[in-house]
Amino acid sequence: MTAAPTADNGTPPLEFFLSQLLTGLASASALFLVACGLTIIFGVTRIVNFAHGSFYMLGAYIAYSAITALGGGFFGFWGGVILAALAAGLIGVAMEMTILRRIYHAPELFQLLATFGVVLIVQDVALYLWGPEDLLGPRAPGLTGAVAMGSQRIPEYDIFLILFAPLVLGVLWLLFHRTRFGILVRAATQDRQMVAALGVNQKWLLTGVFFLGAALAGLGGAIQLPKGNAGLTMDLGIIAEVFVVTVVGGMGSILGAYLAALLIALIRVFAVANAGSSLLGIQLWQVELVLIFAVMAVVLVVRPWGLLGKRETLTGHHGAVEPPLLAAPAALKWFALAVLALLVALPGMAGTYSLVIATEILIFALFAASLHFLMGVGGVISFGHAAYFGLGAYGAALMVKHFAWPMEAALFAAPLGGALGALIFGWFCVRLSGVYLAMLTLAFAQIAWAVAFQWIDVTGGDNGILGIWPSSWAATTPAFYGLVLVVVIVMLLAIRRIAFSPFGYALRAGRDSPLRADAIGIDVRRMRWFAFTLAGLFAGVAGGLFAFLKGSVSPDLMGIPLSVDALVMVLLGGVQTLAGPLVGAVTFTALKTELVSLTNYWRLLLGLVIVGLVIAFPQGIAGFVRDRFMAKETRA
Amino acid sequence: MSAVLEVAGLSKSFGGVKAVSDVSFSLAAGELLALIGPNGAGKTTCFNMLMGQLRPDTGTIKLAGRDIAGLAPRRIWRLGVGRTFQITATFASMSVRENVQMALLSHHRRLLSLFADAGSQYIDDAMALLTLVGMEAQAERPCGVLAYGDLKRVELAVALANNPKLLLMDEPTAGMAPRERIALMELTARIVKERGISVLFTEHDMDVVFAHADRIFVLNRGRLLAEGTPQQVRDNALVQETYLGSGAMFADGGQ
Amino acid sequence: MMLVVEGISAYYGRAHILADVGLSVARGEVLALLGRNGAGKSTTLKSIIGLVPPAAGSVRFEEREIASRPSYEIARLGLGYVPEERRIFSELTVLENLEVGRQKPRPGVPEWTPERLFAIFPNLAEMRNRPGGQMSGGEQQMLTIARTLMGNPSLVLLDEPSEGLAPKIVEQMAETLKALKQEGLTLILSEQNLHFARLVADRATIIEKGRIRFTGTMAELMADDDARTAYLTV
Repeated sequence: MTAAPTADNGTPPLEFFLSQLLTGLASASALFLVACGLTIIFGVTRIVNFAHGSFYMLGAYIAYSAITALGGGFFGFWGGVILAALAAGLIGVAMEMTILRRIYHAPELFQLLATFGVVLIVQDVALYLWGPEDLLGPRAPGLTGAVAMGSQRIPEYDIFLILFAPLVLGVLWLLFHRTRFGILVRAATQDRQMVAALGVNQKWLLTGVFFLGAALAGLGGAIQLPKGNAGLTMDLGIIAEVFVVTVVGGMGSILGAYLAALLIALIRVFAVANAGSSLLGIQLWQVELVLIFAVMAVVLVVRPWGLLGKRETLTGHHGAVEPPLLAAPAALKWFALAVLALLVALPGMAGTYSLVIATEILIFALFAASLHFLMGVGGVISFGHAAYFGLGAYGAALMVKHFAWPMEAALFAAPLGGALGALIFGWFCVRLSGVYLAMLTLAFAQIAWAVAFQWIDVTGGDNGILGIWPSSWAATTPAFYGLVLVVVIVMLLAIRRIAFSPFGYALRAGRDSPLRADAIGIDVRRMRWFAFTLAGLFAGVAGGLFAFLKGSVSPDLMGIPLSVDALVMVLLGGVQTLAGPLVGAVTFTALKTELVSLTNYWRLLLGLVIVGLVIAFPQGIAGFVRDRFMAKETRA
Repeated sequence: MSAVLEVAGLSKSFGGVKAVSDVSFSLAAGELLALIGPNGAGKTTCFNMLMGQLRPDTGTIKLAGRDIAGLAPRRIWRLGVGRTFQITATFASMSVRENVQMALLSHHRRLLSLFADAGSQYIDDAMALLTLVGMEAQAERPCGVLAYGDLKRVELAVALANNPKLLLMDEPTAGMAPRERIALMELTARIVKERGISVLFTEHDMDVVFAHADRIFVLNRGRLLAEGTPQQVRDNALVQETYLGSGAMFADGGQ
Repeated sequence: MMLVVEGISAYYGRAHILADVGLSVARGEVLALLGRNGAGKSTTLKSIIGLVPPAAGSVRFEEREIASRPSYEIARLGLGYVPEERRIFSELTVLENLEVGRQKPRPGVPEWTPERLFAIFPNLAEMRNRPGGQMSGGEQQMLTIARTLMGNPSLVLLDEPSEGLAPKIVEQMAETLKALKQEGLTLILSEQNLHFARLVADRATIIEKGRIRFTGTMAELMADDDARTAYLTV
């Protein structure tokens, strides 16, 4: 990104501002299309479609190929755009029919996980088909000129985009209020089962909705092509912004999505227009994301259900009653002791490489356990838990780099970093519930990521911070393994103890029935806030250890993929068992390590494995084992 | 007798529509007062204001002399108001005993204790409350598997955990079979009389209302329509016209 | 017999909710399915309509086996379902709610249009463009019934239609159901309120702990103090 021209170079400020405003409005259009697709799909299927960014990316790529194949020109271009939207819609239909139809009755987080599996698959398929380089988008024939506005020139295509979004908005309104399909969709948004009991085949209704939503995302990708590229980072790049737009606009509200997209575009304009100004040595365009966050925070504090959303009680977990949290049966305790003995003996048995992997697995077990504490005990779902892992890692690394702290001291900065971040972000997050909350956590993680990425002076930007090595006594692989083993076990025992403490009970009370908890004096929001902070603290410890294991930190430690990794570990292991995250961390880390060493297209394989596992074990592996082999004890 | 609860001039509008307007009443210690009325009469709105879910537009709600209007539900609970819900709300992942222990832990302000073993706190107190409502034999069962009538008893035990002065019960017998209804209300009446607790409840089952309320308060379109003993309310022509109908819907109501 | 249910069992998770339940209803008849909360009334109706597919047993509707078919197919055969707790679409207007329920006319069955329904439910006529969420409980209950009738059903299952309604509204509900019977509809209603069932039903079946305990005419039930006190206790 380059600094935009400023008002200093002779342009009248107002004209400059207006032209920036129009640019912003134009960029809002694609965002709106993707966000309203997400909102429509969520409304009816109750699935937060992580793969929605993938449809957007595919829309761009397919439009590029189609326009090229059709030889450009007016019909070639617009034909390509329409083809791309239809193709994205059909890919959405294929995904719905092959994957989602099998898991509509699975808990919503597993559905989410499956959609993330699709993200991974699509990434590698796109890499295979279109290669790693960004493809420069063709310009729109007939709209290549610019309209003069004072001394500024507004591209015609921008004007088209500005008008296009309200047009789509109007068409969608007519569709939802004037057609039987639309009325059925709105009814199904509220009560799918009832719609079926009235004689409507909801299977095709769901497929239809998925087509519409995916096609809108594809259309968004296609129409932004003349303004930019088709590239492999488009999918996760847009999804965080789309989450912000849907949460700010209000889940389920198409008009809300439009207003929120405009709002965000305006913030961006403001940041760019004042690009010359700086704060604490950071240029204003660099804090764009922080500004977006600030506005989002204000909106959500005033209207937790978004600008135009409905006040809704999304509890976060659906269907079956949570089984009681039981202390582990004796057999399991013996098994745990045996595992512990094995872990202690490991340095004598395993080679260096295996020991490094084992260290990593232990760290991820703690990371997953911290997320599990928040989700399983507190009922608070976080899509952005990597933020606290990363803040812990950066907390330790910054102390080492800027203050030359030794490892022992820096490892105390790690939990503080994680806890402080969680304390601040959590204050906002716990004001929301369910899916809103989860999407907000992801947005916060993106902000943390952006700060680490852009605040180069302090964080080293993309390169991160290097040279974070353990003290000499812990420098050998077995010694560091020993340190990690001790720290992780102490932390895991602490988490377990807290889960069965009055605080842990109060958290579960708030999860089981917020209404009843409130009626017996429990401040559910405050309990969740503390739990959030505690989870951040434990994740921070894991992050600090990880920094010293790798010898470096980078913004990737806060990225969406790592957050999703943690979710996968927790969900694979099963949310209802305290041992679950451990099982999940072992399975997932081992699997991923194996796949990465196997092929360049490991994302594709990993995605397929995730989708397969979700379909095969909708209750997680540990949950499956417990149901299968310990059924007698739960029945007794 | 001094009033435990004194409500004066309570009003609430939603978007210009008056849901409750200028409602006043008081409740003496140990008294069972039923709030009845057709759907949309403002019972739920009234109740939600008493329990802190809604903030009244105007009016005062005095609990033993202190205005509680607009306080959060959890603060109202700390001042000595227990409540049961129309659709039972218990902690499904906990045992019956743990549900009561949870309320006791909160009552004793132990919620932020991080390392104590919650399951071993206040066991005796919890069992005493469960014995009171006849649930001691089921103390170790998970709440998620209980029969509906038993859940209502657990709720009652939970509601009693902080020695309340006042119990608010929203349709306490909704969804129960007739015999269970009578049993639950007899149990409630016995406990509250023994302990001098006042009860305000809403109810659609006229058999329950006429059998157990000391006094009945009829709301219609957000306003007080009638007030009096069960017999007075039953004989009130206005109440028959707007709410009770011909009397075919409750025991020996017809003729 | 228009509907014959034989030996159905149903589970929620591991809990056995229905065991060997059987009942039947003849064309033009009103059957009350009585029992207390949790006895299995709602689950029986949901099994018939396919929302809780029965694990075993058979459901024959107009000589066709419908057990385990998806609920939309069952609904399209002319079997209407009015759920407990109303479940109207609160964001949709009265007319839109009716549109969701609309199905093609069925030979030999009364055909309903919004206008015909408004004649039976005059309250609804005055609020045809009002969102369902802004209606009172009684009005919503009327709307759920009207919405189901838009599917031109020959048999309607009503799950606790009197629950949570004021006595006066319950009396109106009884009148409405009698009017529907006059139109030639067959009804099965699950009820706890014997006062109400007595006004409407021809026959009664009592269910308790997932099993059928009594089947007979309403008059037989009123004469059978044992059955009433054992399972209903009014």
